Amino acid sequence: MVEKTFIINNRLGLHARPASLFVKTTSRFTSSVKIVRDGQEIDGKSIMGLLMLAAGPGTELTIVADGPDENDVLAAVGDLFRRHFDDDIEGD
Amino acid sequence: MITLTGVAASDGIAIGQAFVLEDEDVAIPRWEVPKERVKSEVARFRYALGRTKDEMVAIHNKALKVFGKSHAKLMDAYLLILNDPFISKDVVKIIETTHVNAEFALTQIIDRTIKVMENFEDEYFRDRKYDILDVGHKVLRHLMGHEKKTLQSILEPSVIIAHNLTPTDTMNLKEGLTIGFATNIGGKTSHAALLAQSMTIPAVVGMRDVTSRVRTGDPVIVDGHDGLVIIRPDAATLEKYKADQYRRGEQERRLEDLRDLPAQTTDGHRITLAANIETSDDVKIALNHGAEGIGLFRTEFLFLNRRTSPNEEEQYQSYRQAVRASFPYPVIIRTLDLGGDKLPMLGVSDVSPESNPFLGLRGIRLCLKYPEIFKVQLRAILRASTEGKIKVMYPMVSGLDELRAANAILQEVKSALRGQQVPFDESMEVGMMVEVPSAALMVDILAREVDFFSIGTNDLIQYTLAVDRINENVASLYQPLHLAVLRLIDQTVKAGHNIGNKWVGVCGEMASESDLVPILVGLDIDELSVAPSAVPRVKEVIRSTSYADCSRLTREVMNASSVEAAQRILRLFSSSRLAQQPRPAVS
Repeated sequence: MVEKTFIINNRLGLHARPASLFVKTTSRFTSSVKIVRDGQEIDGKSIMGLLMLAAGPGTELTIVADGPDENDVLAAVGDLFRRHFDDDIEGD
Repeated sequence: MITLTGVAASDGIAIGQAFVLEDEDVAIPRWEVPKERVKSEVARFRYALGRTKDEMVAIHNKALKVFGKSHAKLMDAYLLILNDPFISKDVVKIIETTHVNAEFALTQIIDRTIKVMENFEDEYFRDRKYDILDVGHKVLRHLMGHEKKTLQSILEPSVIIAHNLTPTDTMNLKEGLTIGFATNIGGKTSHAALLAQSMTIPAVVGMRDVTSRVRTGDPVIVDGHDGLVIIRPDAATLEKYKADQYRRGEQERRLEDLRDLPAQTTDGHRITLAANIETSDDVKIALNHGAEGIGLFRTEFLFLNRRTSPNEEEQYQSYRQAVRASFPYPVIIRTLDLGGDKLPMLGVSDVSPESNPFLGLRGIRLCLKYPEIFKVQLRAILRASTEGKIKVMYPMVSGLDELRAANAILQEVKSALRGQQVPFDESMEVGMMVEVPSAALMVDILAREVDFFSIGTNDLIQYTLAVDRINENVASLYQPLHLAVLRLIDQTVKAGHNIGNKWVGVCGEMASESDLVPILVGLDIDELSVAPSAVPRVKEVIRSTSYADCSRLTREVMNASSVEAAQRILRLFSSSRLAQQPRPAVS
């Protein structure tokens, strides 16, 4: 099991599109993915769960991956954060 | 006169008569499922999920085609909600453990989620509950066998009054008959609100009970600025709003002046910047945004949402209206680009379903197989060509034979018109879309038989890389910067220019992506055609960069060692372009 903490860094936070992107990314992997925020824990492959977190900019999230490709999960999620969820390029 | 207050969702004033879209409030039944029936109840639920998914994929595809990527992305989120473990696993768990029917189990999960979301402080997150509600309703409809009425029964320009407008409803809004709308529910960022904004029609949402206060036919005013709906306004109010509407029109005209600047790089390289439209009504919007004509008139819209195909006269009227509105700029009409699944709508009944429609009977193939449909369209186009400047282009051409066959039919239609002494523009330019890789590789030969090329990048990328970008498993392989794609575009432009100096445009989504525009400029594309609303932004990009820099960028990107490296180069270029550029007044 591996985990890493990220801080939401895109303009609007994890709203519908970034959340979609997140779920699409985590769903590519076989490992289970959990997101922990202030002790609240949700399934990292559930868009409804993610939306229920209402994670705005600056929110701290810990991603916990567990399974054969757990490190790839963290790498892919890290990449999403690095790219600011492609949010700032296109705007909307 | 009654004045109701809601949430201003899309700016503008609409004055007209109401059309009330009735929306049945579904009563959720509850019954106990005996142990031995649990399995089949779960199966019934899964079946409804499957049906809903099919429906949403269809909407998604349509959204992608009609409204472009950002709305399709919203539909994407809908699909994810449908696949969510809360829906796919937890609902099943409730059915299995508490022995209730699927409708009731689903409603429990939805309600639970909504309750959490209702308490959010952030409006954006709060509004996402409508997405979840909407998906839930769709599944319920399939479970309970309800089909909802659509907006297709509207016959004249109206203000739509509805409980809620779902993406499915809004797909039917685009007929030019919706001048504004008001809904009981919804927030500033609900799907309907976003759509109204992009369509620039006034809208007020979150009105609670507007549907019960208005009757179809009532005169109404939608004030999308202050979030008001005025029912049966008195003369003074009506006057005030009419004046307001006029003032706004004036303001728009001023914007238009600003947008009249040419699409030209800092070192004087001129690009033709045109717009993609769906209906002839869109021409005005396109020109108002500063487009120099119509680079792609998708005629499919004329054929969709109806039982029979439009006759020659109807098509003629539509093309004529477009070309008149666009004058002195040209309108490029793309002949029918429908898939075989739409054939029943065109009156063809002996159609067998295709296992792979993207590689099946679509575009020019369909027109060549059913030349009667094609001939009617060509006649209508030719007849309208006397009214301004029309160019015609064929979609999905994969090689020389198809092009020749299409041109032969065009000649046949022309001779018939001559025989009947019906006038048309003898010098009408004929072009073709380049969206199949085989066509891109053959441009040097094809160029001898057409006047221009327009590259449809969405399909070109999809066919070149063998990627269906709606398929989430492979969507990441959909890469506009893939060297193979860039080479095909490069080759198309070079061959087109070399053989008889044929101009080459791009009408795919690539042309409207700010970051990619400099590359297309660097590839020597002559014309870009984008959604009307994207015209000012694309123009801004072109005006903020030099042709020399674009050429250099393109060389670097094409020499990059990987797609990722190309993306890095591009990001660097974009950020330095933005850094150099003071925030322009027009956006």
